[in-house]
Amino acid sequence: MDVKEKLKISRQKMPEQDPSVRAKNFMEVPLGFSTKTAQLEAQRCLNCKIPKCKEGCPVYVKIPEFLKLIVEGDFAAAARKIKETNALPAVCGRVCPQESQCEATCILGKKGDPVAIGRLERFVADYERENNLIKIPKKQPAKNKKVAVVGSGPSGLTVAGDLIKLGYDVTIFEALHKPGGVLIYGIPEFRLPKAIVEAEVDYLVKQGVKLKLNKVIGASRTVEDLFKRDGFDAVFLGVGAGLPRFMNIEGENLSNVYSANEYLTRINLMKAYLYPEHYTPIALGRNVTVVGGGNVTMDSARCALRTGAQKVTIVYRRAREQMPARGEEIHHAEEEGIILKLLNNPVELIGDEKGAVKKMRCIKMKLGEPDESGRKRPVPIEGSEFTLNTDLVIMGIGAGANPLLTSTMPDLELNKWGYIVADENGRTSMEGIWAGGDIVTGSATVIQAMGAGKQAAKAIDSYIKSGK
Amino acid sequence: MYEIISKTEVVPNIYELIIKAPEIAEKAKPGQFVILMIDEAGERLPFTLSDWDAKKGAITIYFLEVGLSTMTLARLDKKNISAVIGPLGKPVSAEKFGTIVLGGGCYGIGGIYPIVKALKEAGNTVITIIEARSSYLLYNKEKLRKYSDRFIVTTGDGTKGEKGKVHDVVKIMIKRKEKINRAYFIGCTFMMMNCFNETKNHDITTFVALSPIMVDGTGMCGCCRCLVDGETKFACVDGPIFEAKDIDWDILFKRNAAYSQQEAMIYQFHSCESREV
Ligand SMILES: Cc1cc2nc3c(=O)[nH]c(=O)nc-3n(C[C@H](O)[C@H](O)[C@H](O)COP(=O)(O)OP(=O)(O)OC[C@H]3O[C@@H](n4cnc5c(N)ncnc54)[C@H](O)[C@@H]3O)c2cc1C
Ligand SMILES: Cc1cc2nc3c(=O)[nH]c(=O)nc-3n(C[C@H](O)[C@H](O)[C@H](O)COP(=O)(O)OP(=O)(O)OC[C@H]3O[C@@H](n4cnc5c(N)ncnc54)[C@H](O)[C@@H]3O)c2cc1C
Ligand code: SF4
Ligand code: SF4
Ligand code: FES
Repeated sequence: MDVKEKLKISRQKMPEQDPSVRAKNFMEVPLGFSTKTAQLEAQRCLNCKIPKCKEGCPVYVKIPEFLKLIVEGDFAAAARKIKETNALPAVCGRVCPQESQCEATCILGKKGDPVAIGRLERFVADYERENNLIKIPKKQPAKNKKVAVVGSGPSGLTVAGDLIKLGYDVTIFEALHKPGGVLIYGIPEFRLPKAIVEAEVDYLVKQGVKLKLNKVIGASRTVEDLFKRDGFDAVFLGVGAGLPRFMNIEGENLSNVYSANEYLTRINLMKAYLYPEHYTPIALGRNVTVVGGGNVTMDSARCALRTGAQKVTIVYRRAREQMPARGEEIHHAEEEGIILKLLNNPVELIGDEKGAVKKMRCIKMKLGEPDESGRKRPVPIEGSEFTLNTDLVIMGIGAGANPLLTSTMPDLELNKWGYIVADENGRTSMEGIWAGGDIVTGSATVIQAMGAGKQAAKAIDSYIKSGK
Repeated sequence: MYEIISKTEVVPNIYELIIKAPEIAEKAKPGQFVILMIDEAGERLPFTLSDWDAKKGAITIYFLEVGLSTMTLARLDKKNISAVIGPLGKPVSAEKFGTIVLGGGCYGIGGIYPIVKALKEAGNTVITIIEARSSYLLYNKEKLRKYSDRFIVTTGDGTKGEKGKVHDVVKIMIKRKEKINRAYFIGCTFMMMNCFNETKNHDITTFVALSPIMVDGTGMCGCCRCLVDGETKFACVDGPIFEAKDIDWDILFKRNAAYSQQEAMIYQFHSCESREV
């Protein structure tokens, strides 16, 4: 097919559950490409000599190469091609902010729509899994060296996956009762089915990774114990940024005011939407307000809708272009009827006599000069306060570094926000200890956490081999 | 899976549960708690560690049947539960402070024990006071007596020991100008607040073990937040034992009641169902 013909093909749409139907269920929203649509979409790729798309991907997925394999109809080979640099394509295809990564730099995006790289990544990974084509890779001979991975989020899973292949004896310690980190407790089922995360973890276990759940390192065991008692040769810390932030405004401790972490944990990890078959309850708001503008906010708002809210409003202090959430999620949220109240900021929560939230007082904002992040700073407009009615508030304003583990490690260097200081290979200030993912960078993305895991795995391998 | 070594209804509605959890038994310190899950669909339930035995690899907790989860645990006929997580929370510091009053009510009679023992072993003069509505609801007496310089029992109906509650005894002690350097109270929020109301104006450093609703127990969700000294604290990692003078009790009561309607309904529904079969 020549370039002209290719350019005539328009970006393929992925079928989705109808907004009015999906707003009432927890099933996945986009339904995936058919083989035919996938091949048609993959044909749009121009196979650029210098593929710009790759530069947008934090782990340099071999994009034109895997797209070509799709065109040829060898979907399993396409999945393996992606896995050369990205172990979790079924996850990344669904949750990467493609519009600011690989698809942002795709040459086709200059004049029209970029190739739907994420959707195709998802397609081949699903194809491989659903048709049982996943092969357990060959392991290098056992090295009789033990590595402990603390935390089973994307960074920890990546380290474990890479080191088990190299012949290490790898054990993951996870504080919660299910592995996967944010992929399990944060991102909801309708965006990332838990069966996919379970399959990925299973795949590691089949290769020999040991998984110890319910182990809070720092409490159940210290990192020192891991070295001295359990005889680990190296430790990777991938504990994420699991500390909810609050705004410190009046009324934030009223009942029915949740952090997004709590709200999403109750729903995703504890399955509170299946209460009482699952024993964890959740407050059912009719008129829900979510504060923030990231993925966390969108996920909370859409969960509220699915647990029966009649009205869900997002209050965000900046403008729409500045929302950090994935474009697709904002679009989906609006389709489902979620209201965006932009350039507004809560200043106070007001409760009833029982201590449950009833109203939110907000102030209007306008955009001022750019701040450190380069985004225009929102400034309050004096005298513009107004009050919203609400019976459930979710604070989705971000997360910080959880000190539970690091406070037991006085020799570990932290930055002023409590994140672990590590170099580009994940090396920390303590010998034999690596770190990566959100606990180093602050809240970032799945693929960045995986990239950090990859670097650390390489460095751990060379450290154990050479002692450096 | 964690093996249940034994489960005993020590007094009506209060159960002693001994579980095999060697790693926790080895690390446990007074004032800490564990989180249990009965099965995959269960809640994550926080319970105070009452005793542990590193040699046997066993931990002991006492729990009161109050709702659906504790009812399920009370009636469980399986020999194991799916998760035990811990030890969680900040331990109390067991130093020599002088004369210490330790009060326990309800599950707190079990919960106060390790603190009594540790403070006695640290060389303090230990006065232990426990309370129950009636004599048949008292338990753990011998264990507590063993580590107490004075051991006082109170009952609401006067069927054993002093008539009244822990705070009544504390009030009398203060009136008699008995020297008290520190006090620890564990029980329901109301009991702890009553006790603190007696000690607060008398230069007695008072600690209470808060029990806000929790989910993860690792500082990740913020559900257990309390207002302590004007600052938001997470009871699961910053506590659960806090100095009582700094606590905003009103918020604690209100947040603890957040799910009471839903839970009361479900509890009744399940109790009725289980009665039918
Ligand atoms: C609701 C939500 C939605 C998101 N949506 C997206 C998205 O669409 N796209 C995207 O790219 N990114 C998204 N992100 C961000 C992304 O999920 C994170 O950047 C990524 O998961 C970080 O990975 P991690 O490995 O550093 O840690 P995490 O995923 O946070 O995992 C850390 C794990 O360590 C465990 N742990 C913590 N402390 C201990 C301890 N002491 N001992 C043992 N285990 C411990 C935790 O329980 C957890 O399981 C989202 C985040 C959230 C919260
Ligand atoms: C750090 C900590 C230590 C604890 N130690 C013990 C212990 O040693 N023994 C023991 O019996 N209980 C203890 N609790 C309380 C115990 O966790 C709850 O009683 C239990 O979770 C209730 O579960 P349920 O489903 O049976 O009742 P639910 O149906 O959840 O609740 C029934 C009633 O109890 C109230 N309730 C729910 N959770 C709590 C709570 N955390 N505190 C007070 N009231 C609550 C509800 O508002 C409701 O009215 C502790 C709690 C914490 C946070
Ligand atoms: S991993 Fe993410 S950024 Fe990289 S190609 Fe795949 S979807 Fe794009
Ligand atoms: S930049 Fe776009 S068109 Fe070019 S190789 Fe990459 S995906 Fe294909
Ligand atoms: S229980 Fe979640 S932060 Fe304490």
